[in-house]
Amino acid sequence: MAKKSVIPYGPQHPVLPEPIHLDLVVEDEKVVEAIPSIGFIHRGLESLVDKRDFNQMTYVAERTCGICSFQHGMGYCEAVEHIFGVEIPERAKFLRTIWAELGRMHSHLLWLGLLADGFGFENLFYQCWRIREKILDMQEMTSGGRLIFSVNTIGGVLKDIPADMLRTILSTIDEVEAELKTVQKTFLNDYTVQTRLKGVGVLTQDQAHDLGCAGPFGRASGINTDMRKLGYAAYPYIDFEPIISSDGDSYARCECRIGELFQSMDILRQAIAKIPNETDLATPVKGNPNGEYFMRVEQPRGEAVYYVKANGKPYVERLRIRTPTFANLPGLCEMLKNTELADIGLLILTIDPCISCTER
Amino acid sequence: MSVMNFAPEALKNLFKKPVTTGYPFVPAEYPERSRGHIEISIDDCISCGMCVRCCPCGTLSVDRIKGTWTIDRYDCIACGYCVTKCPKKCLFMKQGYQEPGAEKASVTYTKSPEVLAAEAKKREEAAAKAAAAKAAKAAAAAEKN
Ligand code: SF4
Ligand code: SF4
Repeated sequence: MAKKSVIPYGPQHPVLPEPIHLDLVVEDEKVVEAIPSIGFIHRGLESLVDKRDFNQMTYVAERTCGICSFQHGMGYCEAVEHIFGVEIPERAKFLRTIWAELGRMHSHLLWLGLLADGFGFENLFYQCWRIREKILDMQEMTSGGRLIFSVNTIGGVLKDIPADMLRTILSTIDEVEAELKTVQKTFLNDYTVQTRLKGVGVLTQDQAHDLGCAGPFGRASGINTDMRKLGYAAYPYIDFEPIISSDGDSYARCECRIGELFQSMDILRQAIAKIPNETDLATPVKGNPNGEYFMRVEQPRGEAVYYVKANGKPYVERLRIRTPTFANLPGLCEMLKNTELADIGLLILTIDPCISCTER
Repeated sequence: MSVMNFAPEALKNLFKKPVTTGYPFVPAEYPERSRGHIEISIDDCISCGMCVRCCPCGTLSVDRIKGTWTIDRYDCIACGYCVTKCPKKCLFMKQGYQEPGAEKASVTYTKSPEVLAAEAKKREEAAAKAAAAKAAKAAAAAEKN
């Protein structure tokens, strides 16, 4: 039997600017165990509830993560709205859906680019980020920020997307769809890409279920979960089915995310077609929240949980954020067992880790 | 399965114009809603301090007597909350980002001397009125006794 040794990996990753550290126990070139350690970028956002009132916390919650920023803000706002028991205007629900799906598209395109970079395909990486730029422009045009939207407020949204902007979004996603089809061909059919992804880092459905994997990572292993189906924002009015694969390897994860990109475009088209004409964008709330709520939203990386407990004071008593990467880390460590050392960089990428929001 | 299926795209890209622009030689274009930085039309400000209390970063300060409004731009996260809260609607989000600097410094805006003088006069008048009302009240109380 070969001698076991431990190789420290990270916190710098060759591709991804996310500080995760793994102690890899290896036998020759084979990884037999991966022990994660996190805690490099803890910012204490949750404890800020003592110093910022519940309205200001909207902006803090949004800054938990730079990529799923809108969905973090939305999760927090929906939780507080449920505590207040207010129903937000219909148009605001559709606007939230549109922004959330734009956010999902840019996040998945970012991930595709990083994946391409991870397996050494620079051209493809640039191409993906070039497509993503169009989505970022849409985000900046509608909200004023490229990544951080600051359009959520307790009770609705602060800005409207007028009809001409909605038309621009539609024409842009047509362009994006055409460009995406060319990169999809390479990701899913190219021989070199397939040899890097197929059968690498397999996580079976049972393992994924036992370890509580969330989002596209879980869905690629055949776990049928999608929090959008719980029906927050305007998702009850939209017709879509979660994209699931049963292979559980890196290729399946890539396939799921590409499928979700096309699905997001479909959701955007449906939402824009169904958006009601209303001038009211936010229901005003009175007083301070009193009560608790447990909100689950589907972020690009999976299910995020927002627990808010308030006691009738302007300062919320407790805010707890459980991010999807936190749920996926046990799955990652399981998947890394019996893989080649050379694949580790790529395999960490396939869960789309966001360590900054995991540590908050 | 196919091989080299990205090659046509890569070749096409070789002969296309770059998608990036030559910033800073070519000026950046911002959409109308771009949240770049905060501007104030200081003479409309009533120094109520609403923006100071609502700012999540504590980057603002207001001095009613001196008529100043101070912002530490390096602390501002350009969230725009103060803009929605200002009762006089004298704060705006303008395009163009905060310029980098070697030191963290704040910017102070001061009201024009005419506005300051008018405000000081108003304050004096209000104080005089209050003093007169107090004196009248005291005189009425003395008469009663
Ligand atoms: S934009 Fe936000 S951070 Fe900046 S001064 Fe206004 S409230 Fe404060
Ligand atoms: S909220 Fe508006 S009026 Fe009040 S101090 Fe701030 S800028 Fe001036």
